[in-house]
Amino acid sequence: MSVPETKQSAGTVPAAKLADRPDFHIIGEIVEAGSRVLDLGCGEGELLAWLVQNKNVVARGVEISALKVRKAIARGVSAYQGDLDEGLADYPDRAFDYVILSQTLQETRAPLHVLREMLRVGRRAIVSFPNFGHWTVRGTMLFTGQAPKTKLFPYDWYNSPNIHFLSINDFEDLCRDSGFPIARRYFLSGSSRIAVMPNLLAQTAVFLLG
Amino acid sequence: MVVETRSAQFDSISLDSGATLAPVEIAYETYGHLNAARSNAILVTHAFTGDAHAAGISHESGKPGWWDNMIGPGKAFDTDRYFVICSNVLGGCQGTTGPGSTNPATGRPYAMSFPVITIRDMVRLQRMLVCSLGIERLLAVAGGSMGGMQALEWAVSYPEMVLAVLPIATTWRHSAQQIAFNEVGRQAIMADPDWADGNYYDSKPPGRGLAIARMVGHITYMSDESMREKFGRRLREKETFGFDFGVDFEVESYLRYRGNQFVSRFDANSYLYITKAEDYFDLTNGSGRLADAFRDVGTRFLVISFTSDWLYPSYQSQEIVRVLRRMNGDVAYCDLQSNYGHDAFLVDVAEQTEIVRGFLDSTARMGRTSPNKGAA
Repeated sequence: MSVPETKQSAGTVPAAKLADRPDFHIIGEIVEAGSRVLDLGCGEGELLAWLVQNKNVVARGVEISALKVRKAIARGVSAYQGDLDEGLADYPDRAFDYVILSQTLQETRAPLHVLREMLRVGRRAIVSFPNFGHWTVRGTMLFTGQAPKTKLFPYDWYNSPNIHFLSINDFEDLCRDSGFPIARRYFLSGSSRIAVMPNLLAQTAVFLLG
Repeated sequence: MVVETRSAQFDSISLDSGATLAPVEIAYETYGHLNAARSNAILVTHAFTGDAHAAGISHESGKPGWWDNMIGPGKAFDTDRYFVICSNVLGGCQGTTGPGSTNPATGRPYAMSFPVITIRDMVRLQRMLVCSLGIERLLAVAGGSMGGMQALEWAVSYPEMVLAVLPIATTWRHSAQQIAFNEVGRQAIMADPDWADGNYYDSKPPGRGLAIARMVGHITYMSDESMREKFGRRLREKETFGFDFGVDFEVESYLRYRGNQFVSRFDANSYLYITKAEDYFDLTNGSGRLADAFRDVGTRFLVISFTSDWLYPSYQSQEIVRVLRRMNGDVAYCDLQSNYGHDAFLVDVAEQTEIVRGFLDSTARMGRTSPNKGAA
């Protein structure tokens, strides 16, 4: 069937750009073209919009903030305003090739449940999080004796969205104890890859599970 | 943009009740231009008392359309890009065949001999119109309130004919509370002696009953907060209570004004027939299994609800969204913050514009790359 051209004089959407988030670039590398992708906590849909344009994925997003959902839908992303936990429960098993949880694990109430659900509805899960074991965090704690407020964890203790603090080693332990198979690991400082002593030197970790 | 209401005639239409209407007429307006591929058409479906005049300035009345803030060049439904169609519903009284139309068999108005109609009947007639315009597939069907019911019905009845639907501030079946308010309106009309079993077309219409029905309706369209902001307890052109049963409060004055104004533009029998169609509306035909209704639906959905809408509360939209998600359908959903109650879809358009524009744009792009792309 030949596909008709729609007049595109006004309102053409500009090419999606990946926000300045190094973990997005890794995720963009991992996801194969044409995959079905669910992004949990999709924010304003930057990652999904990029994946749609560049990898032709079938994209879905869940986001709790009405403002961010609006921005995501305005970007053309099929985003749903809802709670992450209940959102996952709705999906059938293996509904997606990839379920993404980018920089949000530390904000979830029940991280173990979320990870299990991700591996139920997705063939694979991609999880990225800021590393609480990074030397700047350790240094702040050691020298100030206060809840660390660093570039990586920029919030005051009383208004932080982060309710769990985990290091790379903590996550590795959890995966081992819970039987989550780790397919690949990526450790980043800024946008550079870290090869040695990631738990001390990496700011961000990206794990491919399943 | 000056627009004119046009009309299309068809020999007959078969209705859900088993009855047939012959002939049948439908009033409609269009905005923008149909492209050569006929792929940029959007049907906008109106709410209960709306009409075909959705946008632009009416050639006849000089008034703007009911969704003029959403439809036009550069607006949410951008008429520089899309060909937008809006028609008056079956059973209505603004150009489409309804109880006030002449029954060709008798030469007199149908009145209560008009067959009871359903939302699906309205959509069936819309489909006849769309086909007669040479359009095989709509880019989208969009509407709020009863218009949203029609949009949902389109997705279920003619999934192959619509790429996307935008049900706004609506429900997949009328609830007890919604039926209850409609019944109060109907009883107000039928209790008016001027109603005369519907045979008032040669005499005085049941204006008091219809006005009261409209007053109740207007209460349900607002929110506690919007009424408090708009009226509070302010008195109408007086400093103290009148100690009588004239108008004391602003809100009384407003409701009376709205009620009386409505009488001049709406037919009481249409009120009865259209509210009945709303009350019969159940996308699942009584089974309650929405997943069955959506079984063959590959349409994209943008579902919108409003936080202060208590007539069509957000949970009803969320039920739709949840079932579509369970089926891994393509659905976007947002519960927009607004204080305007159910009226929000007509008046609170800034945020609606933002998401409708983006959604339509991405649907148009999908339509080009993969026609009839179904649920994943």
